[in-house]
Amino acid sequence: MTGAEVVAPVLAATIRTATPLALAALGELLVERAGLINIGLEGAMLAGAFGALVGATSGGVAGGYAGAMAGGLLVAALFALCVVWLRADQIITGTALTLLSVGATGTLYRALYGSSGAALTLPTSGTWPIPGLSSLPIIGPALFAQPAVTYIVYLLVPALAWWLARTQAGLALRAIGERPPAAEAAGISIDRLRTLAVLAGGALGGLAGGTLVLAQAGTFAENMSAGRGFIAIAIVVLGRWRPFGVAFGALLFGAASALQFAFQAMGWSAPYQLFLVIPYLLTLAALAGAVGRARAPAALGKPL
Amino acid sequence: MSALRSILLAAVVMGAILLTTALLLAAGGYDVRTALAALWTGSVGSWYSLTSATLVRAVPLMLSGCAVAIAFRAGVFNIGAEGQLLAGAAAATAVALGLPSLGVATLVLALALGAAGGAAWAGIAALLRARFGVLEVISTIMLNFVALYGVSYLVRGPLQEPTHAYPQTMPIAPTVRLVQIPGAGRLHVGLLLAVGAAVAAGWMLRYTASGFRLLAVGESASAAASAGQIDVGAVTTRAFLVSGALAGVAGAVEVLGVTYALYENISPGYGYTAIAVALLAGLDPWRVILSATLFAALEAGAGAMQRDAGVPSTLVSVVEALLILAAVGAQALRMRAGGLSEAAAQPPEQPA
Repeated sequence: MTGAEVVAPVLAATIRTATPLALAALGELLVERAGLINIGLEGAMLAGAFGALVGATSGGVAGGYAGAMAGGLLVAALFALCVVWLRADQIITGTALTLLSVGATGTLYRALYGSSGAALTLPTSGTWPIPGLSSLPIIGPALFAQPAVTYIVYLLVPALAWWLARTQAGLALRAIGERPPAAEAAGISIDRLRTLAVLAGGALGGLAGGTLVLAQAGTFAENMSAGRGFIAIAIVVLGRWRPFGVAFGALLFGAASALQFAFQAMGWSAPYQLFLVIPYLLTLAALAGAVGRARAPAALGKPL
Repeated sequence: MSALRSILLAAVVMGAILLTTALLLAAGGYDVRTALAALWTGSVGSWYSLTSATLVRAVPLMLSGCAVAIAFRAGVFNIGAEGQLLAGAAAATAVALGLPSLGVATLVLALALGAAGGAAWAGIAALLRARFGVLEVISTIMLNFVALYGVSYLVRGPLQEPTHAYPQTMPIAPTVRLVQIPGAGRLHVGLLLAVGAAVAAGWMLRYTASGFRLLAVGESASAAASAGQIDVGAVTTRAFLVSGALAGVAGAVEVLGVTYALYENISPGYGYTAIAVALLAGLDPWRVILSATLFAALEAGAGAMQRDAGVPSTLVSVVEALLILAAVGAQALRMRAGGLSEAAAQPPEQPA
């Protein structure tokens, strides 16, 4: 087996795994730059995955992505209601919303589609090879023969970086995450902007969950987000609250997950559980290493 | 809080649970009457279901509920009771199977190692928080997944039963098990241990100096440090370890009193339900005894609802989550109205 034969699939798998992580982490980045932590991101992803199932059964792939964003938005709206408007505790609300999503998607799935265990097969979004770029050696097929949602991430990363750094609204968002009283004095409506950030984060989280269903699994399974929402929150820290950093962090996690394919291809034998825990162990290591060198938004997680 | 108010509150909560469940059932188009009847008979409707279904489930929920309550009161967001429970279960199983059976002595050692296993698992997150400022919400959740795959590895690897046919360990010798309470079906003496632990934990928080320090740190770490000369880091770490130990005992008790073997799905999410249990109890270990029993009844009844009325048992998680949201929402409104303390609502000062 040649090097290219190993590298190309690993690179493709890296991008594939990194796509939903990057989407969810970019959403959480907006929330955290506004000074909030939404642990319910995991719930938004799961609701997005279920929304994709509901949407795709009637509306195809496009309906699936619409359903995914709606699912994520619903969870985010509940978070905004409890945290921004009622001033409930962020961590507990987020935890409860994740539990709610696990319960609600599980219940609805069994009620609507039966608990027989017969997996539904859904339409999946095929790959859209970009003419020219996708025929580059090795990196071409890996980077430029992906589902459309991956290209959205490619565009979203620089767009968000520009928006945060260069626009009035981006500045306002950063201001409420750093010095809420000063922002308020400057005439920024904190609650309104935070609500919008949470909703945007939820839509992206839902889209990330939809990607799991529509671009990867082709079906829904109970609790299929499997902690990716929490990993995405860690990626925000690892990426130092910057869009390009977050993209890099997502790629790192994608690579760690994709390594198992490489190990298998090279004939390594190890307990399969070892491969499955890599992303979680990597999260712990990354958090321990990243914190201290990175500076969080000053008002992050403070009671409102 | 007066006893009358507590009883009134419990009645309101139970009414709210029944009403929410009934509404969800009606919304799902289920036969509400049949389903609620099944919920009743499956949980408290008979002596058998009360003891063998509800109270058996209440034991791990009481212990892990106290674990969550103590941590949250100290300002430690330990979402990792599930992983600590699994670590405790694995450690207790290893002792019970690996050591020569000396009856009660081995049993006590297995329980102690279960506590140590849970504390060690929590200790990883405690160390990451103390040393690197890693937010424990994330680290404990990550450790839950690691523990899950760790147990999966153990029961398919080093601890698997000798025929290698099933992913589980050998059964624990009868002399090392927690004995069942005569006349109470599958209910075992672990119930006394759980109630005892909850009473002791509540007493510690109310009447001891270390309990006072823990509450002070949870209320306001900076005030405790400057006005009370309290070593905040030490108190936080200790509370984290005690919390993990309690969750570890929950896992040990489950293995030694109910399943008699370690396998992958040994906990149906007790460690997550424990968060709801603790929050509903207002983070008071004494009231955890009640709320754990309530949630245990709900989960026992959910099984019966699924069998008799075809209602997905996951519906109960929805009810639980709505209860937590209602509880934190109500607390937030009360704080706004009365300007009460921000107990257990303070995230650590260093976000990660």
